[in-house]
Amino acid sequence: MEDRIRMVHGSGGSATNELISDLFARAFQSETLDRMEDCAIVAGTERIAVTTDSFVVTPVEFPGGDIGRLSVCGTVNDLLMRGAQPKYLTCGFILQEGTSIEVLRRVAESMAETAREAGVQIVAGDTKVVNGSGEFYINTTGVGIFDGDRSRLDICAAGAKEGDAILVSGNLGDHHAAILSGRMGIKNQIVSDCAPLCDMVERLLAAGIHIHAMRDVTRGGLATVLKELAEAAQKTFTLEQELLPITRQVQDFCGLLGLDPLYMGNEGKLAAILPGEEAERAVSIMREAKYGGNACRIGTVTAEEPGRLLLKTRIGGLRSLDVLMGEGLPRIC
Amino acid sequence: MCVALPGKVIELQGADAVVDFNGNQVKARAGLVDVQVGDYVLVHAGCILQKVSTEEAENLNALMDEVGAWS
Amino acid sequence: MELEAVKAYLKAYDGPELSIMEVCGSHTAAIAENGIPGLLSPKLSLVSGPGCPVCVTPSAYIDRLTALALEEGVTVVTFGDLLRVPGSSRSLGMAQGEGARVEMVYSPMDVIALAKKEPGRQFVFAAVGFETTTPVYALLVQALTEEGVENVRLLTALKTMPPVIDYLCANGAPVQGFLAPGHVCAVTGSKIFAGLAESYRVPFGVSGFGAEEILIALYGLVKMCESGRAEVRNFYPSVVTEDGNLKAKALVEKYFTETDAAWRGIGRIERSGLVLREEYSRYDAGSLGLDEDQKKNQACCCDRVLMGRMRAQECPLFKTVCSPMNPQGACMVSTEGACFSYYMRGA
Repeated sequence: MEDRIRMVHGSGGSATNELISDLFARAFQSETLDRMEDCAIVAGTERIAVTTDSFVVTPVEFPGGDIGRLSVCGTVNDLLMRGAQPKYLTCGFILQEGTSIEVLRRVAESMAETAREAGVQIVAGDTKVVNGSGEFYINTTGVGIFDGDRSRLDICAAGAKEGDAILVSGNLGDHHAAILSGRMGIKNQIVSDCAPLCDMVERLLAAGIHIHAMRDVTRGGLATVLKELAEAAQKTFTLEQELLPITRQVQDFCGLLGLDPLYMGNEGKLAAILPGEEAERAVSIMREAKYGGNACRIGTVTAEEPGRLLLKTRIGGLRSLDVLMGEGLPRIC
Repeated sequence: MCVALPGKVIELQGADAVVDFNGNQVKARAGLVDVQVGDYVLVHAGCILQKVSTEEAENLNALMDEVGAWS
Repeated sequence: MELEAVKAYLKAYDGPELSIMEVCGSHTAAIAENGIPGLLSPKLSLVSGPGCPVCVTPSAYIDRLTALALEEGVTVVTFGDLLRVPGSSRSLGMAQGEGARVEMVYSPMDVIALAKKEPGRQFVFAAVGFETTTPVYALLVQALTEEGVENVRLLTALKTMPPVIDYLCANGAPVQGFLAPGHVCAVTGSKIFAGLAESYRVPFGVSGFGAEEILIALYGLVKMCESGRAEVRNFYPSVVTEDGNLKAKALVEKYFTETDAAWRGIGRIERSGLVLREEYSRYDAGSLGLDEDQKKNQACCCDRVLMGRMRAQECPLFKTVCSPMNPQGACMVSTEGACFSYYMRGA
């Protein structure tokens, strides 16, 4: 095969077939996919969960992950946040002319490996080629099922109740900081936390924890996610700054660029709202789970100021937090 | 107006110094201050602006005592 | 003295009502981030001053910058802050969508590597800032001359702090004390404010940017007000001295010279800016005369907010028409801007 993607790889003819059979089909092998039908027919449950997401990160390979792993984690985690069991994925690749086939192969393999880890099957795919300068994008659509005990689950954004605890599954800001470090020429050991959270959610549900609301902490960071949940539930969320898990390295990285870790994205962390009396047990379950080593309780839900997200600062002040405004760009002066 | 953070000089490279901020390493211009490896410095926009003096913490205590005595 | 005692004092203060202006935008941001207003007695209030360079840059500068970025063969290099500031018709970020080439960097020095990689392209650095950042531009021009890099120019909007504070005081800004900008003073030395303290009988407390440092400086300021001391006191001695960084000041003096400068919302203030000296004007991308300042919305009160005459939340546009997603004036754009800060604080 050649080194780089050319327009002909999107022709639908033999070059396309060669790319698919040599690269994608080899990485994503599954009984359903191998049939090469126009669509996949799969087993489901009465209710299913569906979500879609597109991934455009540059560079496509970064410390701690790549766009392939990210495209599985992002979609799988979205399914998990409503309690569904992720089952199937579709993937669409939009390749710019000039894309390195070697990089594409690594990304596809990483994607396949992450899918295996998350227990999802890639059942359908598509490839297109456009003009450009060697970057590429991935869209994934995920389907999750509600089997057995999960059939009555209804975890939703508005679920928070008075007296609930607010938990987060680990350190904040790692993914965003890892990507930005490369772009801004700052050297450090920060790696993206991009990971599928199946094991953690599975354990919480299996232990009978009553999760009222759950979100993965992605773009916009923890503050954006929790502000949205506080508004949806019309409750007050109060966080304790001293309890927020942020490494010194990420803290100083943010300090250098005038960024706020509360607005920095992760790709393998979740925030969960659940009954206060179950919080301690939930934290220890999360800590035993894969990717949950630093899980902790960070705040409490009350009712006095509907829709507000408040932060008790280290020195005893109170700060009101809104969703991220603008793009969260570094500032210097 | 002026985001700047104190870090530690860990290496000198000609006109530049490598400054460490809890594991974040930045190449900063050293032209405005004479620095040595081990110095704590204030870095703004990729340049060392000033040395950070640890002894001055005591001066602040003295100043606070003076301010406290004002009436 | 313990921090707890400082906090207790500031909370219990029951003297005459005092307004203290934090001049520096990074102070505005730090005050909001740490929830400091809630730690103060209702008799103490903090007002934001004109120390966010992005907020005080007039629209003509942004217009010139976007025009340059849209020119064939030109790349504008900037800090992230400036991308969203509205010009008379659009921001640099909007121009990007029309094909303008804009690169965001951490340090102005990064432009040298960009320029060497593409010697056929012209690079323009958006050189905004106060006394803290000007020495960095001096180092950049020094490096350009020494390394013979000819395809980098600066579009400058450099401002100095004492003239604008003088202007505020002379025009009766209702402020009883100034939380003085610590990183400006790291370069200039704390004594640049001594003359102002004396002429206007108003105290200055030089402050660092940590929550504790700000509380300590506020405590010092209130004590100075109470005891009638119109002095400059340095509450940031770890990096600020009376004379500042002499080497940095000499380098700035070598490359830059004083000029009148236009401040967004305020107007022209005599000798409140710096431009490249005549002999280095080949590095200037046309910075002189960019004074025109068109308000995007005539009802915008950024000028009064910057002067300490009005609180952000008193502006008729605040939260009605003007929001961080649809800023009508520059104070709502930058995370250091007074309006942005109040908006997020009260959310």
